[in-house]
Amino acid sequence: MLSSQATEKIDRELTKYPPDQKRSAVISALAIAQHENGHLSAEVMDAVAAYLGMPPIAVYEVATFYGMYDLEPVGAHKLCICTNLPCALRGSVEAAEHLKRKLGIDFNETTPDGKFTLKEGECFGACGDAPVVLHNNKAMLSFMSKERIDQLLAELSK
Amino acid sequence: MMADKKLNIEIDGRPVEVPHGATVMEAANQLGVYVPHFCYHRKLSIAANCRMCLVQVEKAPKPLPACATPVTDGMKVWTESDYARRAQRGVMEFLLINHPLDCPICDQGGECQLQDLAVGYGGSASRYEEAKRVVPHKPLGPLVAAEEMTRCIHCTRCVRFGQEIAGIMELGMTGRGEHAEIISFVGRSVDSELSGNMIDICPVGALTSKPFRYTARTWELARRKSVSPHCGLGSNLVVQTQHERVMRVLPLENEALNECWLSDKDRFSYEGLNSEERLTRPMLKQGGEWREVDWHVALEYAAHALREIKSADGAGAIGALGSPHATLEELYLLQKIARGLGSDNVDFRLRQSDFAGDGHLSGAPWLGMKVADIGTLDRVLVVGSFLRKDHPLIAHRIRQAAKRGQEVNFLHVAGDDSLIRTANSLIVAPSALPTALAQITRAAAEAKGAKVPSELAAVQASEGVSAIARSLSSGQSVGILLGNSAQHHPRAALLHALAQELAGVLGARFGFLGEAANSVGGYLAGCVPGANGLDAGAMLAAPRKAYLLLGVEPELDCYDPRRAVSAMNEADLVVALTAYRGAVEDYADVLLPIAPYTETSGTFVNTEGRLQGFNGAVRPLGEARPGWKVLRVLGNLLGIDGFEYDKSEMVRDEACPATEIAARLDNRIKGVSLTLPGEAPTLQRVADVPIYFADPIVRRARSLQQTRDARAPQAYMNNAALAGLGLSPGQRVRVRQGAGEAEVELACDDRLADGCVRLAAAHASTSGLGGMFDALTLEPA
Amino acid sequence: MNTAHPPFSPDAFGPDAMIMKGIDGMNWRLKDYESRGGYAALRKILAERIPPDAIIAEVKKSALRGRGGAGFPTGLKWSFMPRSFPGQKYMVCNSDEGEPGTFKDRDILRYNPHSVIEGMIIGGYATGASVGYNYVHGEIWDIYEQFEGAIAEARAAGYLGPSILGSDFSFELHAFHGWGAYICGEETALLESLEGKRGQPRFKPPFPASYGLYGKPTTINNTETFAAVPWIVAHGGERFLELGRPNNGGTKIFSVSGNVERPGNYEVRLGTPFATLLEMAGGVTKGRRLKAVIPGGSSMPVLPADVMMKTDMDYDSIAKAGSMLGSGAVIVMDDSTCMVKALERLAYFYYEESCGQCTPCREGTGWLYRMVHRIETGRGRPEDLDALTSIADNIQGHTICALGDAAALPVKSFISHFRDEFLHHIEHKRCAVSVAGGYATNPGATLRAAA
Ligand SMILES: Cc1cc2nc3c(=O)[nH]c(=O)nc-3n(C[C@H](O)[C@H](O)[C@H](O)COP(=O)(O)O)c2cc1C
Ligand code: SF4
Ligand code: FES
Repeated sequence: MLSSQATEKIDRELTKYPPDQKRSAVISALAIAQHENGHLSAEVMDAVAAYLGMPPIAVYEVATFYGMYDLEPVGAHKLCICTNLPCALRGSVEAAEHLKRKLGIDFNETTPDGKFTLKEGECFGACGDAPVVLHNNKAMLSFMSKERIDQLLAELSK
Repeated sequence: MMADKKLNIEIDGRPVEVPHGATVMEAANQLGVYVPHFCYHRKLSIAANCRMCLVQVEKAPKPLPACATPVTDGMKVWTESDYARRAQRGVMEFLLINHPLDCPICDQGGECQLQDLAVGYGGSASRYEEAKRVVPHKPLGPLVAAEEMTRCIHCTRCVRFGQEIAGIMELGMTGRGEHAEIISFVGRSVDSELSGNMIDICPVGALTSKPFRYTARTWELARRKSVSPHCGLGSNLVVQTQHERVMRVLPLENEALNECWLSDKDRFSYEGLNSEERLTRPMLKQGGEWREVDWHVALEYAAHALREIKSADGAGAIGALGSPHATLEELYLLQKIARGLGSDNVDFRLRQSDFAGDGHLSGAPWLGMKVADIGTLDRVLVVGSFLRKDHPLIAHRIRQAAKRGQEVNFLHVAGDDSLIRTANSLIVAPSALPTALAQITRAAAEAKGAKVPSELAAVQASEGVSAIARSLSSGQSVGILLGNSAQHHPRAALLHALAQELAGVLGARFGFLGEAANSVGGYLAGCVPGANGLDAGAMLAAPRKAYLLLGVEPELDCYDPRRAVSAMNEADLVVALTAYRGAVEDYADVLLPIAPYTETSGTFVNTEGRLQGFNGAVRPLGEARPGWKVLRVLGNLLGIDGFEYDKSEMVRDEACPATEIAARLDNRIKGVSLTLPGEAPTLQRVADVPIYFADPIVRRARSLQQTRDARAPQAYMNNAALAGLGLSPGQRVRVRQGAGEAEVELACDDRLADGCVRLAAAHASTSGLGGMFDALTLEPA
Repeated sequence: MNTAHPPFSPDAFGPDAMIMKGIDGMNWRLKDYESRGGYAALRKILAERIPPDAIIAEVKKSALRGRGGAGFPTGLKWSFMPRSFPGQKYMVCNSDEGEPGTFKDRDILRYNPHSVIEGMIIGGYATGASVGYNYVHGEIWDIYEQFEGAIAEARAAGYLGPSILGSDFSFELHAFHGWGAYICGEETALLESLEGKRGQPRFKPPFPASYGLYGKPTTINNTETFAAVPWIVAHGGERFLELGRPNNGGTKIFSVSGNVERPGNYEVRLGTPFATLLEMAGGVTKGRRLKAVIPGGSSMPVLPADVMMKTDMDYDSIAKAGSMLGSGAVIVMDDSTCMVKALERLAYFYYEESCGQCTPCREGTGWLYRMVHRIETGRGRPEDLDALTSIADNIQGHTICALGDAAALPVKSFISHFRDEFLHHIEHKRCAVSVAGGYATNPGATLRAAA
């Protein structure tokens, strides 16, 4: 379930912790596994558990605690928009509405073509750049006015 | 020393002195002051998450949780001030807003901590008018029901129990905030052999007993104290009954034995008491047909037939076999009858195969220490034990001791995970077990500068052995425990003698983990052959004309079931005192229904030599009668003297006055040769007794039979051994031992030694086979 | 989409900037940092073999207070680390910035990462910790990767690793990333998370200084706290203290967000009037009036405009005004903001982010949110307001960590300062705000299930 590239990356994370504290790498290991598999299936979590020598349920506990893990399949592009108060004061709610309209989906839904999933985020720590959109967990897109959202969707739909 | 310093604290105006490190909760308990709580449990780590125990502490800016707040010297605490009460009421209100108000239909009703405390600390009407949370139910297997998880108050006791007591984390908390849920990994069942305790510690009705659910309301149940009839620990029980039926079994707290826990076997086996297979009327086989008869007919028939055989073939043609799960009184009367008839052929050690120790024992073999002492050892060697499954709560004690620094060493024939932090584990073939123990002894002697007997002088220690010897010889307080497999082993007497040598070298204590409720009691009852008698093995190897069986199912309870069954088949007469029908109907001539432990008074002497008497909790089912009474009448009918008992206590006092027990417990063995065995067979069997097949009651406990532990046995070999035979996992094979055979599925277990085939005993699918640790052959089916 | 940021003027963070002095958006690398005088403090310590206690004393003198929220004196915190502990000790940096309104640590890590690395090394030296972790907020992945790059630079230059700069002091530093859980900003939740567990705060005592990461003595400080340390060591605690006010030493980076013309981070001396800070941020959105300000991140009480305009930006002044400086996140709300809606969004945040372990927070945050949501959607009753306050009271001070307080304080302060607006909402079943175009109607709320 874990490719050799994935285990290589996990191994690199493991060097950061004492040898008897392998589970410290579980958050990054799950992120790596999610990046590779799109989402965290039971098999993937099981594999991570086995790799780190953890009880599977302990991995499951972690996977369900942290908001950026997806335990269900998501679209090729997961867009997460922060609607918390500082962002909301600067138009993020309107931006979110725009996204919903353009994609024809609500939060926590995926477009029928499997391309986009929309999520609502809590504070990303980027409130000065509002509205902010997180693309596939890793790329933070700032000042997402309607125009820039249109531009983004056009780019990603290519 | 800081640690010796006592701290003074005042709670609700009452002073108390507590040791350094005590919490406010412990101090309150010491005073008998009740602080309301849910997440706190004295056997579990402190989570302080329920916040129910908030109390007022002088100078603290906010109320503090009593369970987690360490006492400081001169501290002043109020548990019932307005300030404390306001905090507690606030918490109670929060706990109730999302809790269903379904007490009238909740299984926990009447024994619910939340219900109890809500009366004292809750408001009358809820201010909460928003939507209530609904939590889906979870499938956790056949024992623990998680059908109403909406009731869960997130105290995490069950999670901590798994991690800390059971040693395996099977439940966890997923999600966050209000969405947090207690759950197992994606639909997996909870398989721990201690899982039922989660039901007890769950303070609400979220985790309930699946077998018990909705069968009765708890306040309608009568409660009787009892003692578990299963393993040698002798867990104390509360048997709950209604309308002369056992409805549920719960632990009776006994810190010296089971603490506040029960194994699932002790807890759920009661279902076997109500089994369809219960024998409820005496029966006679006439012309190959079973007929229900009156008691006097059955008993007179049995007495008459026994007398006939005695006069035709001599008393030596009669053999008596008792179950080690039978009561002391029953075992005593069984041997008294046999001896009264003139036969010395009595035994209760059904799975023992080596009786070379008989005649060399100094007394009844026992644990060699108190159960509670196990926890105080700093080094342990467990020899030949499927510890977790054979002795779940002793395993738990060792697990806790290991966390406190006890070094645990295993020498065994299989590598099952004990869920105990292990210092060293050496896995060898059964035939190599004595040699390995001899090597450890030799290496330990070297480390200690002690002498060893000449037989051991030449043995060489391998690395695995040396590590164990190093661990043991560095200890101050060392214990050696011989498990069930060591007792079943074909060279059990040699293992016994070697353990004695090793203990001598180390200045250690050694003893036996009693397999059954009366593994010690059987000896004390004299239910073992004298100098002229045949032991259990010999009685079956050289078949008798007549057998008197007491609670025995020979095809499942004996070391060599094939031989046992053929002896039964060959006999002219088999009189079976039994609580159950079953295979016994094939070969018995008379079936006498006796009462299981809940329907009779009796005594078990546990593995530490503790005599525990109990009374019946319900009336015997149908026409079943207490075994001791049946044996008394049989004794009378046989005209044997001294069978005038009114009460079971009279039998007990005659068998074994409590005051004499201590003097009769003695593990010393003398005059057994220490010569080590030579050649091993190419393929030898390793047989465990699966936890839920170990005795007649548990075999018939329906829910336990649906657990993973009750799955049909497979034959395990290590990968190399499989490859060597050109076999692969999943394949079906025919296993042969002598004339016996069985067809099973192969599986791989790389922790097994070479040349070993692990295949469980005590299961119908393998009851056609021979000895548990004997040679076998194997071929594709 | 182009996400790279252009260079900006070196005094973008304000004329008083000290941590962010000379930052132009591109000069984050080691050589740039060194050319700004970076790592001189560490060199000085190692060259002069300054005793650890002297460093702690200097930090104490500086009156540096923790920038993560609680404002605890940093020098004092460092002095709690057991001196003679035989085993491993740890130094942990809290870059899990997730407090709504706060985005300063991201800029520090993005533009000036070596100041944090140097601060952590000095902290490790002062407390005897030889391993450090920087816990970076999961959502700022690029910053995490960049920080790993900065660590590699520092290691290559001999600032990290065994025998730093030839001394007998060794310090290893690793980056760790979160994955979306606000609560991991709480220091003991962060430690749990670092240990590979759910980020559930621990009950204290024991405090991290005695039982921290892997049960070992651990010091945790905020990113900005560490970033200030090299300056203090290089220039002396006295000078740092003089930048601010007594008991409020130094400069502070304020993240100004919401209804201002130029949202962003501004580094000013502690004690700077709020009005000045507002001006730096370009003032309130054109044509509108200031209505309210949350001066220290969403967890702190809101203050009305008039109070705020009279207040200086330092720990003690803001406390006197009835709120807290917290993490220095200044959320500005103008007169187009509906206070009911604003509170509803914050209540939703705490409801979503509660870790769920302790009863008052797990149950109470959901209750608060649902009630405010009910009021916002026109189904409120006058008695709801007192109920909300009393529920908040039942949470506050009764939980394992301060998230409970963080959920309670906004509720209590919004209602106490803007009670009339809430009552209007209840009575008229709609918003009182008449200024168009602001945060007064929230279609998101109707779409979000009223769970
Ligand atoms: C719910 C909650 C969230 C917190 N989030 C952060 C955070 O994102 N960053 C931070 O530095 N401190 C945060 N803190 C404060 C930390 O617990 C801790 O006090 C701080 O990291 C200590 O560093 P300092 O002394 O340098 O401020 C949070 C506290 C709570 C209760
Ligand atoms: S206050 Fe909230 S976040 Fe903090 S420990 Fe309790 S439930 Fe978790
Ligand atoms: S018993 Fe103390 S918090 Fe639960």
